[in-house]
This record gives sequence, structure tokens and C-alpha cells, in this order.
Amino acid sequence: MVVVHTAGRSRTGYSGIPAWVFVIAAVGAAFVLLPLAAMVARVNWAQFLPLITSEASLDALWLSIRTSAASTVLCVVLGVPMALVLARSEFPGQRLLRSLALLPLVLPPVVGGIALLYTFGRQGLLGRYLEFAGIQIAFSTTAVVLAQTFVALPFLVVSLEGAVRTAGHRYEAVAATLGARPSTVLRRVTLPLVLPGLASGAVLSFARSLGEFGATLTFAGSLQGVTRTLPLEIYLQRETDADAAVALSLVLVAVAVAVIGLSIRSGIGSGRRDGALAA
Amino acid sequence: MIFASRKPAARRPFRAARLSAVVGVLAITTAALAGCAGAQSSGTASGSSTGQLSGTVTVFAAASLKASFTEIASKFEAANPGTKVKLSFAGSSDLVTQLTQGAPADVFASADTTNMKKLTDASLAEGQPVNFATNVLTIAVPPSNTAGVSGFRDLAKPGVRLVVCAPKVPCGAATQSVAKSTGTTLAPVSEESSVTDVLGKVSSGEADAGLVYVTDVKSAGDKVKGIAFPESSNAVNTYPIVALRASKNKDAAKAFIAMVTGSEGRQVLQSAGFGVP
Amino acid sequence: MSFEFSARLEERAFDVSLELAPGETVAILGPNGAGKSTLLSLIAGLLRPDAGRAVLDGKVLFDVGSGSSDWRPPHRRGTALLAQEALLFPHLSVVDNVAFGPRSAGNSRKSSRDAALHWLGEVGAVELAERRPAELSGGQAQRVAVARALAADPELLLLDEPMAALDVHAAPMLRSLFKRVLAGRRALIITHGVVDALTLADRVVVLEEGRIAEVGPTRQVLEQPRSHFAAGLAGLNLHTGVVVSDGLRGADGLHVAGHLDPEAVPGQAGVAVFPPSAVSIFLEAPHGSPRNVFPAVIHHLEPHGDQIRVRAGGFMADVTPAAVADLALEPGLRAFFVVKSASVAVYPA
Repeated sequence: MVVVHTAGRSRTGYSGIPAWVFVIAAVGAAFVLLPLAAMVARVNWAQFLPLITSEASLDALWLSIRTSAASTVLCVVLGVPMALVLARSEFPGQRLLRSLALLPLVLPPVVGGIALLYTFGRQGLLGRYLEFAGIQIAFSTTAVVLAQTFVALPFLVVSLEGAVRTAGHRYEAVAATLGARPSTVLRRVTLPLVLPGLASGAVLSFARSLGEFGATLTFAGSLQGVTRTLPLEIYLQRETDADAAVALSLVLVAVAVAVIGLSIRSGIGSGRRDGALAA
Repeated sequence: MIFASRKPAARRPFRAARLSAVVGVLAITTAALAGCAGAQSSGTASGSSTGQLSGTVTVFAAASLKASFTEIASKFEAANPGTKVKLSFAGSSDLVTQLTQGAPADVFASADTTNMKKLTDASLAEGQPVNFATNVLTIAVPPSNTAGVSGFRDLAKPGVRLVVCAPKVPCGAATQSVAKSTGTTLAPVSEESSVTDVLGKVSSGEADAGLVYVTDVKSAGDKVKGIAFPESSNAVNTYPIVALRASKNKDAAKAFIAMVTGSEGRQVLQSAGFGVP
Repeated sequence: MSFEFSARLEERAFDVSLELAPGETVAILGPNGAGKSTLLSLIAGLLRPDAGRAVLDGKVLFDVGSGSSDWRPPHRRGTALLAQEALLFPHLSVVDNVAFGPRSAGNSRKSSRDAALHWLGEVGAVELAERRPAELSGGQAQRVAVARALAADPELLLLDEPMAALDVHAAPMLRSLFKRVLAGRRALIITHGVVDALTLADRVVVLEEGRIAEVGPTRQVLEQPRSHFAAGLAGLNLHTGVVVSDGLRGADGLHVAGHLDPEAVPGQAGVAVFPPSAVSIFLEAPHGSPRNVFPAVIHHLEPHGDQIRVRAGGFMADVTPAAVADLALEPGLRAFFVVKSASVAVYPA
């Protein structure tokens, strides 16, 4: 009996995907790629280098990379414990807490900016005490990092929590009966096991931080070299110089693609878990 | 590869039908989206050259004109039964970009001459733009005015957290020329992309002072306090208005412009804080 | 010094008490869902009982309920757990896996590694030291897991069906390894295999529905099973009822003739036990020497070694394939199961 079906062919075997799914998938891909291509087509290549190497552009790029790196570190520091608690422990209101922790994912960034303003701003909940202590957060690079962390943290928490849940806790149980303290289990078993998930979460957080705009604009302000990140610079350039805006947009896309590409090449962004069940 | 063998020909038309159904759905979706866009156009308008005005007038106006133009529009509709004014407010440069990309509109009112020039340079304007309002900078401070700002020079005092518009945007350019004319060096903590952002930072108390337009302070109510300063006359912002060549309802467009520049319009603009020529 | 355990867990209808002498290995038998893994999890500290108390060499593992609440976390219990799957940490090399216990106990890197190599030697896996778990076969991985558990120097070793996931070639090798390392070691081993229980354990505990159904020396339990599970496991016919002078009167009214164990007293609850190999099958009721004749309808035939096991009613008989063919035995056929009373032993239940 020969199975007669053209749909769902793949190089290595049966994929089970009907042909029309491929058609819609292609439309979807075009929907994402076409605008990027259109933007590339609009680049003024003659002026490209001078545009992206202007002092303002380089300042913005460097600031973006610095702040995104800092916020990624902050996301890891805060997000790993959050993900572990959400994935492993049970307590009343946990589901609610989880939804709230992931709120920035669906919140318009401007709303995040306003919320941060009323927290860390001069007259904010914490800001007014920080002000007494001589610490000013608004209009500082710190504010940029806080805004980026606020919007990027859920990405890390979500992807790591998924990884922790998938990994299960059997390895941890074995480690504990072998005499490992909970901190040792975390350091030597749990974290190494979910490293791929952690890494892809960190990459996502970095990418999200890089693209942060709304919360930064609302909360941190916009000053060259201090708070004006690449997206803010693009937004500003767009007012007067479309060529510069397009050129900088391309730089931002290139940086994002490079980050994602690097993570895939090193195998950390693909969610691969080797030897999950070494039996 | 037994799994990859061709499907019998008899089944192919069936599959083709299903595919075309999918394509059909996509086409309908696209058409529906296009329909949404079409609804915004002024294409439905018609006005006889001699008779009464009718149809829709689509007005693209600078964001700072929002309150005034909304009021003028309702006056216009009341005076010309059968007409409908559609208003679209955004930054002047955004609007010009949209218009050069072919957005359908009948009237364009800019917050500065620079953006209007972009429009006329692109030969999109019908006739010469008319200046209908002016706006000057003013100092906005939080109601408490904790930094004790009383004049333009106070803005340069150390410890005063000043927020201004970036030099690239019109209000920032005006700020720069005032600073230059007075020989003051400003050290802002932030250079925002729009007046709204400056105002937001002042009204939230993050900034001690900001430089915005008189009309912005007025529309912000009691959330901020305005401090006028004489040096502002060094940078007067002029608002031009013009009908668009692509307009399909030019009579109504011209009538709307006439109302804006006429006594009724001047009155509304003045009460909003604008200067009128 | 010994191990005493008693715990109750309502949620799983679990209520078990048991004791282990030093150096004693006990096999836990029982059907699926009987609470075998629950028992190990409670001992290892992966589950909390509702009430109970466990003491390992004077060290209180838990003491819950009755006003007190003492609970020692898993890593401070000294009860290493070895599961069906090896669960070697995939990111660590074999030697680092085995060195995990010593390292966690605070030993230096060097001495932990030495200990790991020693235990790898004990299980015959030194040559695997630098490999990754993903590069091991199932049998190799389980041997390494044994070394890892032993390297942690547990006071009580918990084995949860350690050979269940292995193929037929790997199991015998691992069994002899267990026989070696479990000698003189205090351990609990969950198993489904009679051979494992016979070769590895000093005593057997049979769990049924969260309770201990039977407990005793391995050979005794398997030869004189009192629980259905143990009997089925040992492949013996088992019939419960009341002891009478010449045998047993079944709960179903069936009279089973047999010889009485010295402990069996007529009038008490008892159990009649006889091996399937002692049963013959006739199509017509035979007469003659004292024997039991049980009429029954055959409902199942299955190969059992080089014989055929025939099941009818509650009985099993092992007959040759030739006999099956001669008698044309098949499900639905009415036949007589015949067993000499001399082959039937009656124990007190």
C-alpha cells in the first residue's frame, strides 16, 4: 500500500503540513520582510556612512548598546529568581502574581513610562526618598536602563519559566538526595540545565531593550549621550532628515539581527536542550 | 520515496478549489482593509462651483491647533449645513510626510513655515499659503515653581532642571534662536521631540521648567504655570494654511480657510492664546 | 542502631510502618499504585507525610503530627535515591556526576574526584570517566548512577526499580553489580522481579493499596505467599479460606485438601498454596488417590518458559504444549484441574 499524498513533503520525510499552510506562511513571511526590504530600498547609500557615523548617531548607538547590556544583566539578576519562584513553588495568588509580572508584555510602553515616572520620578513613590538621598533618576542613563528593564524583564521570565517547567524537577530531587544544599542544586544542576532557556531569554531581553522607545521617552527624557538611545534618535531625526532616520533604522535592524544570529550560531537561542533524558 | 508520490489527478481540482478559497479570503480581507482607508478619503465630496457647499472637507492640522480647529470646524458645519469637516491632527512634519505619500486631504495647516515650504516645494499646494496665526514661546513651570524661575535668564541657573525641545523640531529651533539672541547658554537635562513631551515633564514635576508655546500652557490649564518673557519675540512661530491641489472639494476647502482667517476664526484662535496677524 | 519508619499520607491512602536492621536489604513488592514510590519519596524527603516519624541511626528524618513538627530536608538525610532512569546530570561528565555527592558534602575537588574514580572502579566504569551522559548506553548510564549514589556515602540506599528500564542484556550484569554492592548495605529496593527479590534482598515487604500486605524473609514470602500479589509474583496458586483438619475450606466454599503447616490451626483463617506445575488437566473427572479436583472453564492460555500456562477460574496450571494439543485445550473449554493433596500446603493467613 503506497501512501499517496503530495502535501506535507519535506526533505527528510513526512511533515504533516498541508500545502495551503505553506501559502499562508509565505504571505506572513512577506508581511514581515517586505517592509524591511522597502526600508532598505529607501536608504540613501551615498550618504549612508556619514549619516550613521555622525557624532549624534554614534552616541546613540553606543548608549543603546551600553544600556541594553546593563538592563539585560538586571533582567537576569531579577528574572531568574522570578522564573524559578513562578515555575517551582506553589502559593496562593501565584497565578495572579504571574499575570501581573508579565503585564509589561501587553502594556503600551508609554504606560510603562508613566508608571515608572510615578515610581522613580522626583515626586514618585520611591523617587521622593531617593531625591532626599541625593539620587536623581529621571533624565539619567539609569532611567533608561530602568525603562528597558521594565519592558524586557517579562521576556526573560517567560522563556526561562518555560524552560524550568520543561526541565522538570527530577534532576534536582536526585541532586538533593545526593546531599546537595538547595543553593548548590540551583548553581550546579538547575541553572546549567536551563542555560539554553536562560540564554535565549537574555537575548530576547537584550533585543527588546534595544528597541525600547515609549517608556524611555516618557520616563527618561532625551539628551544626546545620556538618555537619547538609537530609537529616540531615529524618532528625532525623522522630524527633519528622513535619510538619517532610515539609515539609523537599518543600523538598529542590523544590530538586532546580529544579536539573534550570534545566539543561534552558538546554539543558545534555539532552545536546544541536549541530553534532557540521559537514559 | 513512497510518501512523496504525486496525488492522483482526479483530486487535484478539488485541492485547487480549496486553495482558491484561501486566496479569496485573503483578497476579501485586503479589500476590507482598503475599504477602511477609503472611508477616510474626501472622494465622496462634491461641491458645485456656484451653489451651496456640501460634502466632506478633510483638514490636516498641526497638533497645537487641535482645540481651536475643532471649535472652528463645528462652527463651519453649523454655517454650512450638509458639510462635514474631518480633522486629522499630528506633528506638522508627520502630516507633510503623509501628504507627500498621497494621503487624501483638502486643507493643510502647518505650525511652521518650514514644513509648509516642503509642501509647496512638492507642488502639492493650491495657490499661496496664508499666515493665519502666530505663537511664541513661554516658560512653563510646575504650579509650585519650586525653582523660583521668573525670567528667561533664570533657566540657565545651575540646579534648574530645564527641559526643552530638540533643536531639530520647530519649538527647539525657536528655543535656540531665543537663547542665541539673548546670549544665554542653556543646559537642558532633556531635549524632547515634541512640545507635549516637554509639557509632560513639567506638569509631572520632573522638570523645574520647560520652554513651550503660549497656547500649550493655556490648554494645559492649571497643571502648569506660564511665565511670559519679552525675549520670546525674537522667535515668533508663524502658522500658514493652504488648500491642497489634490482636493476634490476645493470650494469647501477655500470656505474653511476663509473661516479660519476670518473674524470668527481669529476670535477662536486668540482665545486659545495664538497671536493673529 | 536501625531505621524506623512510620508514615501516613491521606491523599494517597498511604499508611506504612517498617523497620530495617543495619546492613539489611529489603525488597518492596507490590502492584502499580500500591505506594512503593511514595514510600521512597517519604524516606528521601521529597514528600511530606501528614503524620509519622522516621529515625535513621538516631537521626530524626521527620516527626510530624501529634504536636511536633520536625522535618529534615533531603540533602541532610543521607538517603541516596536511584531511580529507574539514571538521571545523570547531562551537563557534567561521568566522573563529575559521580563526584557530585562528595563535592556537595564539602570535599575538595581532588578528593572528590579520587572518590569518584574509586566508585567508578567498583562498578567497572572507569573507562567512561570523561564521557558525557549522552554518550552512554542505558546499562552504562545506570552503572554510573549506581556509582554516583554510592559515592554519596548514603546511610540508606533507595532503589526505585533500578533495572526496569534496561534491556535484557544489560539487566543481568547490573544485577550482579547490585548483588556485590548491596551485600552488607542497608537498602530498600523496589522491584517487580522475583529473581531480584530472591538474589538481592534479605526480606520482602509487599505493599497493596498503601498498606503492608505481607512482610517476611524473601524465601519464605515467595514460597509461602499470603498476599495475592506475592503469590502471583511467585507464580503460585493461592486460595484463601478457613483452615480445616485436612486442608482448607475456601471462602467460596471450595474444599482444598492439603497438608497443614505446623502453625496452621483448624478454624483459623488460612491460605492454601500449590505450584502450577503440580496441577494436571483432565477433560473428565478422574478417580482414585486422594487429590483435589476443581472443575473450571479455561479462559486463558499463555506460554510460560517451555510450557503453557493455562488459567481457569482462580487457578493456574503449567502443562506441556503436547498436552495442550492432545486435549485440544482452548478458552471456553470446560476442564478439570487436578492436584494431589500432598502438593498443597496450608498456612495460617
